[in-house]
Amino acid sequence: MDNTIEAHGLVKRFGDTTALGGVDLAARTGTVLAVLGPNGAGKTTAVRILATLLQPDEGRARVAGYDVVAQAQQVRRLIALTGQYAAVDESLTGAENLLLIGRLLGLPRGAARRRGAELLDRFGLADAGGRAAKTYSGGMRRRLDLAASLVGRPRVLYLDEPTTGLDPRARNDLWGVIRELTAGGVTVLLTTQYMEEADQLADDVVVVDRGRVAAVGTPDQLKTQVGRQVLRVSPVRAADVPVVARVVTDLSGAAPEVAAGAVSAQVGDPRLPPAMLQRLTDAQVAVAELSLRKPSLDEVFFALTGHHPTDQASDEPDDDRSAA
Amino acid sequence: MTAIAQPASLPETIPQGRVGPLDAIRHTLTLAWRSLVQIRHNPMELTDLSLQPLMFVVLFAYVFGGAIAGSPKAYLQFGLAGIICQNALFLTMNTGMALNTDITKGVFDRFRSLPIARSAPLAGRIVADVVRQVWSMAILIAVGLLLGFRIQTDLVGVLGAVALLVVFTLGFSWLPVLVAMLVDEPEKVMMLGFVVVFPLTFISSAFVPVETMPGWLQAWAAVNPTSLLVDAVRGLLVGGEVAAPALGALAWAAAIGAAFAPLALRAFRRRS
Repeated sequence: MDNTIEAHGLVKRFGDTTALGGVDLAARTGTVLAVLGPNGAGKTTAVRILATLLQPDEGRARVAGYDVVAQAQQVRRLIALTGQYAAVDESLTGAENLLLIGRLLGLPRGAARRRGAELLDRFGLADAGGRAAKTYSGGMRRRLDLAASLVGRPRVLYLDEPTTGLDPRARNDLWGVIRELTAGGVTVLLTTQYMEEADQLADDVVVVDRGRVAAVGTPDQLKTQVGRQVLRVSPVRAADVPVVARVVTDLSGAAPEVAAGAVSAQVGDPRLPPAMLQRLTDAQVAVAELSLRKPSLDEVFFALTGHHPTDQASDEPDDDRSAA
Repeated sequence: MTAIAQPASLPETIPQGRVGPLDAIRHTLTLAWRSLVQIRHNPMELTDLSLQPLMFVVLFAYVFGGAIAGSPKAYLQFGLAGIICQNALFLTMNTGMALNTDITKGVFDRFRSLPIARSAPLAGRIVADVVRQVWSMAILIAVGLLLGFRIQTDLVGVLGAVALLVVFTLGFSWLPVLVAMLVDEPEKVMMLGFVVVFPLTFISSAFVPVETMPGWLQAWAAVNPTSLLVDAVRGLLVGGEVAAPALGALAWAAAIGAAFAPLALRAFRRRS
């Protein structure tokens, strides 16, 4: 399958800050590529470069074979961008916003109106179409924004943290729309901070961290790569904590974390927890609490990058509206 | 369910390189429409546009008029052309402020990611502001007439004055627009108004006869493009020489536009 989006070695600096330090990306035609990373990782910068809004300092990117710098105008005919902040004109009505985009894309007035009405209807905004967008709720604004992106039937859609701040139902609706679009052959690049979103939607995931690619793969590949579960055991008697720690060390081959009367360790082998319980029973250690859970995004991050996402400076220019 | 998904090969998505001049004009007019629809949704904006010129007419005619020309009525006959010109130049600062506010908003990102002429978002606002300019001039002339101003030419003269001012501001606007692309907040565009528009209008033939100024100010007033504009507008409204100052003013407008429009577009492109 062909790659609709291809980027090689993208570098972008803002003053002393390196937002992108050489990023490669590839999105296969008609699939969803999720760019996963914390605030300030460079996700927005990458999207803005691919959307021709920013020029990279180094590296190159192609969309459907067109260079995003040298052939920006051709790229703009194929793409649409929906950002974290609804890019609609607040003083215009919903219908006028869509009419404006349709007219700018060269649709005749009647066709632009019909396309706008169709999209308002599709996104549950038909009744609100005659009201100024500033009277819309946050969720309605985001839907109008997405509708505006779809007026021109783009072949490539960039969604920059599309579900940040949405309630679960609105989020599920959006996921449905994305699936519908890719079924129609649209290539979607979406940035997100949520592992779950990448898991639900993405065919491929690129984990970015501090302007670099930390991992690439399908969600399944990434989960196997980092998908160790987190085991936590606390014995009834605090005096047994060293025994538990020794058993876990024996079985996993690594020293566990010991804190507040509990032992926790990342485990990759599903046979470990039952084996451990057997050994603790043999040693007559009574267990007060035992849990096994999937790693959080924080832990996935830690596994991939060696640090926690919260270590990131969240005020880097690329995710900061005032610098954009 | 096919409303949004589609085959990827619709005719309008066939990529073409450059935007032709006709398309660029169409994009500009579409974006001008956007800016005018904003007035329809917020008609109070027109009231705001009328207040300041009204205040200026009353202020100049009744506070300074007697001292300068003997009576408010006599002063209006001389000064109204100057007030109209100063107001027109101040309105171009509004164009810059509005664009500065616009580019910080997401909707401009959308415009920039569309396959439209790069100049259209800026030119669209400038063109839309022609309507605001004409409205404001109409108010000034109407109020002037109420207070005793008499047009000593004819309708063609008045329309000529309006047309000259519109063309002049179309060129001059690119200066505040350039500044709007460079500064981080709209108030700084207004600063330009005070730093540039005040010396341009007050030290010119707008409000007092140049002959009453000291020599060094006369020298500035003589080369000041505003003097040419005011002389031409005055000639068109109350009689006097028109052709030479009008041509001079138009040449200045063309030069300002030619110098600042490319710089403004470049700054717009670079502003990310």
